[in-house]
Amino acid sequence: MSDLAVSTAGLTKKFGSQTVLDSVDIAVPHGAVYGFLGPNGSGKTTTLRILLGLASADSGTASILGHDVPRQLAQALPDVGALVEGPAFYPYLSGTANLARLDAADPTTDPSTRAQRVANALHRVGLTAAARKKAKAYSLGMKQRLGIASALLRPRSLLVLDEPTNGLDPQGTREVRALVRSLADDGTTVVVSSHLLAEVEQICSHVAVMSRGRLVAQGTLAEFRDESGVVVRVDTPDVPGALATMAGLGLADVTPGDAAVSARLDGHPPETVVAALVRADVRVRSFVVQSESLEERFVAITGEGFDVAG
Amino acid sequence: MSPVDTSATGRAADKPPADKPADKPAVEPAVDKPPRVSGGRLLRSEVQLVFRRRRTVALLAALVAIPVLIAVALQLSSGPPAPGDGPPFLDQVAQSGAFVAATSIVVAIPLFLPLTIAVVAGDSIAGEASNGTLRYLLLAPAGRTRLLVVKSAVVLLFCVVAPAAMSLVGLVLGNLLFGAADAAGLSGDVLTSGDLTVRIGLLTLYAALSMVGLASVGIFVSTVTDVPVGAMATTIVVAVASQILGGLSQLDWLHPWLLTNAWLEFADLLRSPIVWDSFVSNAILQGGYAAVFLTLAWARFTTKDVLS
Repeated sequence: MSDLAVSTAGLTKKFGSQTVLDSVDIAVPHGAVYGFLGPNGSGKTTTLRILLGLASADSGTASILGHDVPRQLAQALPDVGALVEGPAFYPYLSGTANLARLDAADPTTDPSTRAQRVANALHRVGLTAAARKKAKAYSLGMKQRLGIASALLRPRSLLVLDEPTNGLDPQGTREVRALVRSLADDGTTVVVSSHLLAEVEQICSHVAVMSRGRLVAQGTLAEFRDESGVVVRVDTPDVPGALATMAGLGLADVTPGDAAVSARLDGHPPETVVAALVRADVRVRSFVVQSESLEERFVAITGEGFDVAG
Repeated sequence: MSPVDTSATGRAADKPPADKPADKPAVEPAVDKPPRVSGGRLLRSEVQLVFRRRRTVALLAALVAIPVLIAVALQLSSGPPAPGDGPPFLDQVAQSGAFVAATSIVVAIPLFLPLTIAVVAGDSIAGEASNGTLRYLLLAPAGRTRLLVVKSAVVLLFCVVAPAAMSLVGLVLGNLLFGAADAAGLSGDVLTSGDLTVRIGLLTLYAALSMVGLASVGIFVSTVTDVPVGAMATTIVVAVASQILGGLSQLDWLHPWLLTNAWLEFADLLRSPIVWDSFVSNAILQGGYAAVFLTLAWARFTTKDVLS
């Protein structure tokens, strides 16, 4: 239990008759970058809220950084930086003043280093030039950056980032990815909830998938990928020949396409496929080996796309 | 304390040591010790937030406009008002300018002053909730009880600052325009202008005390909703409804329990010697309201799910 940065057991939450969390068991190892996936309304944010003490669970236990939630939250929270359900600020205060206010709310920070820490956090997210502007003049992306800055006001052991790249331009998205990576390299555990699967695929070491209030998959990204097959695609004008050859090799799911054939490798080395195709005089225009994307895997697990769960 | 004082000290204390050398990256040692419970820095932050906010300044300016309007109107009118004309104390301004302050408070107590209290108290928690900043304060972690205590303290501070601002302006302007002369108190004896200033101070304190119960109701309502305007409106409706009930003689039995029952019972403070009975009974009444509604607010705020 204590080797986990975040864990829950049997976490259940009901709003009236609707069960929004149904016995969720989360395990985030120290130092992991934990991608928390799920369609809208699947219970991701509710789980994060309970972990951070904003909401209470009806049953089940939770702990962060070895402290019981919610009993010992006051000890844990100073080491946790969080961005939950979008950034929020006093529109009539400047970026600097907003961060100083949040820092003053934390009884464990040192007021004498506040100005410096605020400036550092703003610098880290590239907001130094806008530090004196009022928050209401910030663009959506700048607010998002300010929200991330508030999570970086002091060194943290755990960062909880709910949709961190929301509203960011491609450049900002890249910066956030780089930031998460550098924080993770320093040993910070990061929990990232996102609906951008490609993003999760790029930065996460662990993945969990929520669907309709249940945790339906959890593991390392490698484990997650292993369960999904590796797919090859041959672009060729000789579709029938390719079909026959690949089926003959024992590949699974051999599917003809438009001047192309795709199939699952199922453990066959890809080079044997190419050799067999060439021997059978199949003209190969291109040959692609690709892992099944996280998105396909995701849809396979949740049995749904990004529709809101009812 | 005047609003000017508050923001001035706040500003001075707020200035970070700007030219402090950035010798180290501001790295703090990992915190192993349990967090100290300190309300000081959050209190200072809250005072600045509330009193530097343009809306609060506008509310105070509107309150201060009352003595200004009274003084200017009297200055421009041809003769002094006849005894019994206009609001209480108005005719006494001719004797001593200090009565401008007394008149302002009497005029403001039924609606204008409670309106400003309702805005500040109703906004206290609900404003943060609707802003979304409540969740970040709690994640800081501000601590729910600590945050509520600090919020309540600053609302109560506003209860003092609001009538004090009116009195101060009324005293200064009244004495300037109409002279700081001795005047007759309500017992017919003569109060020196120094006495009068003290009495106006007591009157101000009485007005502040009268607002404590309403402020507590406002804070409680503010913990129930995420819509600050709703909390403000509910609070002011409580004040008005209570005064309406207080005006119905059929409900005599209810009157001693009404929040607003003693709001205008300050005449004894202008007698010689001062009769303290109404002050004490009002203090008990307001204290009772504060105890009940601040406890309710605490019970609500420390257990509710923050979903905004």
